[in-house]
Amino acid sequence: MSLQSIAAARPPLMPAAALAPAIELDNVTRRFLTPDGKSMTALRDFTMTVDRGEFACVVGPTGCGKSTTLNLVTGLARPSAGEVRVMGEPVSGIHKDVGFVFQADALFPWRSVLDNVAAGPLYRGLSKAAAYGKARDWIARVGLSRFEKHYPHQLSGGMRKRVALAQTFINEPKILLMDEPFSALDVQTRTNMQDELLDLWSGSGASVVFVTHDLEEAVALADKVYVLTAGPATVKSVYHIDLPRPRVMAEIRYDTAFVEKCRTIWDDLREEVQIGQQRTLDTGH
Amino acid sequence: MTMQAEAPSARFQATPRAVPTEAEIEAKARARLKARRALVITLRIAILVGVLGIWELGAQTGFIDPFFFASPSGIAEQIWVWMTEGTSQGSLWVQILVTLEETVLGFFIGAAGGIVCGIVLGRNKLLADVFSIYIKVANSIPRVVLGSIFIIALGLGMASKVALAVVMVFFVVFANAFQGVREADRAMIANAQILGASPFQITTSVIIPSAMSWILASLHVSFGFALVGAVVGEFLGAKQGVGLLIATAQGAFNANGVFAAMIILAVLALAMEFLITLVENRLVKWRPVPYSEQN
Repeated sequence: MSLQSIAAARPPLMPAAALAPAIELDNVTRRFLTPDGKSMTALRDFTMTVDRGEFACVVGPTGCGKSTTLNLVTGLARPSAGEVRVMGEPVSGIHKDVGFVFQADALFPWRSVLDNVAAGPLYRGLSKAAAYGKARDWIARVGLSRFEKHYPHQLSGGMRKRVALAQTFINEPKILLMDEPFSALDVQTRTNMQDELLDLWSGSGASVVFVTHDLEEAVALADKVYVLTAGPATVKSVYHIDLPRPRVMAEIRYDTAFVEKCRTIWDDLREEVQIGQQRTLDTGH
Repeated sequence: MTMQAEAPSARFQATPRAVPTEAEIEAKARARLKARRALVITLRIAILVGVLGIWELGAQTGFIDPFFFASPSGIAEQIWVWMTEGTSQGSLWVQILVTLEETVLGFFIGAAGGIVCGIVLGRNKLLADVFSIYIKVANSIPRVVLGSIFIIALGLGMASKVALAVVMVFFVVFANAFQGVREADRAMIANAQILGASPFQITTSVIIPSAMSWILASLHVSFGFALVGAVVGEFLGAKQGVGLLIATAQGAFNANGVFAAMIILAVLALAMEFLITLVENRLVKWRPVPYSEQN
């Protein structure tokens, strides 16, 4: 509590903030207390920097703590040690420039597509007319204009993801966090959604952190891929992906440079996946 | 059995080339559905007529003693007499109105209180942890007994019955509202938070709608409880109401009267159940329609 008020009282350093990267995780450690009182470390000495407008992907073995990195950036979780900075300022509470696309369906099932997309602007105090105007605009951009009055349960999985993207992008986030957003979709729909995402992102100038366990997805989308170790997660290595943009998902997977990148990173990741699996088998949870 | 199994194959052999069109298939399916619905309704009526017939026959022949166990014709006659000539306490309609008023008042007060308390406690972990033990205790008390207290404290008028109905309704609705709030999807709440919702906005736009199915389910059950509360209250001591009709009939060894009042109460409960279903369908029109209802 006192730390927070000191941070708030400090005058904002505008010039430094303007130059600072969009997201910085500086030697962050995050521990959880399990219900039976044991401490579990999800992240250890984790350092990551995402520049403005950069697309970063985080890959790692299942259950290693990938999602925890995102929760730290939103402010929904606090670091046990180290510091998380967004736009050069330490995170305290939910930042208004942050958008989040969830793995699970997080749409409001009792609201129509239009009401779902308009939720963000309405929460933020925009007038009804302005919010719905903006929502119609974004629904059109994801190609769902004819489904404005539908409820989520009446849409396919891919369409629901489009609604989720529109719902997030309508707030014009400068930082976009995505937690395995397409993992529940079939392969064809997923390819379409990846193109859709790159398309929306290229016009927004947002910085993205995209968590996935699908290495090819990471390499295809990202400027930078972070490979994490088996839990407690820390950064094992960082790869810069310099494949030219705009990228087309259906074609990039046959690109030799792409295949080569995937192979290199997979050699690195495989070891961690094996450690993670072995540990699960040994400990039984 | 064998006849049924052979019939379709025999028909196919008779017309091997005729492939039915889409419209024919649909017409056939519709006809089959209609026939089934007719069968269900016929069987329902048959059961009603059968049970009442056996009862009446037993009463006429003396196999069932109508003095203790009434008879359908006696019950019908009793209802008719009450409707045309009034009861010993005055017009039947006044009795129904009094009971209905107590029930509806108790239902609304209890439900509103239950919903508010359920949401407040569901949203506040500390309050929930502190009060959960007391709620468990209060919930395990047979609450009908409180009726005696209410009659002593609030008198023979309407207040004591309303109070009993409130107590009957409150805990059911409260428990469901509380559970509904607790079951609200974490990802959905986080989504609203990141989209910019304040805690109050989260309560109104995420928590309450997602608890609504739970709350509505409890309202169905609890209207019945409100009716029980009102009638038992009247039983214990009242100047008017259907419960008093039952008590009077019991005192006069009038079995027909007890059954007649019971039927009146059942009709009331069904009518209110119908109204609640109407309200529910309006409130949760976003829910997917189950397949069986789509047909």
